[in-house]
Amino acid sequence: MANKPLLEVKDAGIRFGGLKAVSGFSMTINQGELIGLIGPNGAGKTTSFNLLTGVYVPTEGEILFDGKRINGLAPYQITRRGISRTFQNIRLFNELTVLDNVKVAYHSLSKHSMLSSILRLPSHFAGEKEIEEKALQFLRIFGLESYKDEIAKNLPYGQQRRLEIARALAAGPRLLLLDEPAAGMNPQETQQLMELIAFIRKEFKLTVLLIEHDMKLVMGICERLYVLDQGQLIAQGTPEEIRNHPRVIEAYLGEEVSKGDA
Amino acid sequence: MKKLNGFWVFLALSVVIYAVGQLLIGTGLLNPYYSNTLIFIVINIILAVSLHLVIGITGQFSIGHAGFLAVGAYISAILTKLDLPFPVALFAGGVVAAFAGLLVGIPSLRLKGDYLAIATLGFGEIIRIVFVNIDYVGGAAGMQVPHLTSWTSAFICLFITLIVIMNFTNSTHGRACISIRENEIAADAMGIDTTYYKVAAFALGAFFAGVGGGLYAHNFYIIQPTNFGFLKSFDILIFVVLGGLGSLSGAVIAAILMTVVSTYLQGYPETRMIIYSVVLIIVMLYRPKGLMGTNEITSYFSKWTGVKGGRLHGK
Repeated sequence: MANKPLLEVKDAGIRFGGLKAVSGFSMTINQGELIGLIGPNGAGKTTSFNLLTGVYVPTEGEILFDGKRINGLAPYQITRRGISRTFQNIRLFNELTVLDNVKVAYHSLSKHSMLSSILRLPSHFAGEKEIEEKALQFLRIFGLESYKDEIAKNLPYGQQRRLEIARALAAGPRLLLLDEPAAGMNPQETQQLMELIAFIRKEFKLTVLLIEHDMKLVMGICERLYVLDQGQLIAQGTPEEIRNHPRVIEAYLGEEVSKGDA
Repeated sequence: MKKLNGFWVFLALSVVIYAVGQLLIGTGLLNPYYSNTLIFIVINIILAVSLHLVIGITGQFSIGHAGFLAVGAYISAILTKLDLPFPVALFAGGVVAAFAGLLVGIPSLRLKGDYLAIATLGFGEIIRIVFVNIDYVGGAAGMQVPHLTSWTSAFICLFITLIVIMNFTNSTHGRACISIRENEIAADAMGIDTTYYKVAAFALGAFFAGVGGGLYAHNFYIIQPTNFGFLKSFDILIFVVLGGLGSLSGAVIAAILMTVVSTYLQGYPETRMIIYSVVLIIVMLYRPKGLMGTNEITSYFSKWTGVKGGRLHGK
């Protein structure tokens, strides 16, 4: 089991008209790993996430999750297979309460039918109770329980990010994709967040792929890294290897001065 | 337990309102003109609430609702003409309207915002034109319909409509619809089959619009396709927007208010539309989010956690 890759991306890519946003993107993630995806602005990190989650359908290549092909599936189908995500620009259900936000994510795991809800059959009450309990459980883990009746948009920014992760977890993923989870957080909040990610990863036996700008943070917690630049994968390896990789240094710091012409 | 309490309060309230209405009409305290208005209010509430499900809850801006009203009206009228019982005709009208909702919804709900509005407007007109061209239902001249709608039948339909839509809204399925309204991309990413729920809400809304249509048809002696033009769609839309998008009680209150205003203004045919418009403008100026915003009337009574059309625990 441990040797079998959970996610396998083979030469995936997408072009928008003539623009190749991402091409030749390959990646293998094993069960239980914590992988980082880094790269300068506009490198195609979020686009790759969108490919993995079905927001975009790859125009080339293949994506296998748990050995099964998932490209071409709708986002909700991919989520139900076990990949869930957060968004770089937070996408909460703003007017809903914190609790309801998490409840929505648990929806696809609940079983009572629409008819049972309309007729208020016993299965409706049992189902709703289960949803509520599960949702509260996730809020507790993320320390958001006291905010449960708060409207999501009224939460402080850092809490909104946490709520997004709680919501993603409630969808019952095996692979969790985090798009810049620490963006806009102060160092202390970032530290707490990282501890939380480490905790939920162990608690829920999750595999995590995260996009992050903060190099220090990524280097600290990720086991392996993939580096994208201009839609191409330019390097992969352990944080140590990445740190000294010439192409990575070039992508982040620019070319050597001797080559340039000022 | 609290929700159960809420249900009993709702039931008691409904019984009281029904009894008062029945008393006023039955004893002849209200003249036929006013009792007709009362029934018309009930029908308008059904229509408003059915559209509320589509626009207020699911966030799909549909302005072809009169089309489903027409389907329900004509189907039920045909059935009562064939001597079927009125309740059967009403139900069948709703079912066919829901089916029409599916047919319209599946292709058009891929669109969003303005584009969806235009598409549904077009579909509404298509439905109307279809009836203009069917000789069996009298074409443009219209069709004679027996007067069967009574306070009792209208009120029972309203009661069922409200119960179904509240129960739907206040469940995981309703939350799924609200999540689509709030952020469709996020809803999709959280495993919600957005197309399914959009179409389901649309069909359910169409069903009750169809039932409302059946009541509407049998409340007059004649129905004509011109009764179901896009202006009728806008009338229903006004109830929903004026009441506050996402607020069920808002839609109900606005439907009552605007029906009363419009009925009262029938005595002043020259200035009627001007005053009606002024009322709309004033409400929108002073209550830009509608009469109720996204609040429910129940949120003013802390004990009863009512239907969640959106914000409940706000300020």
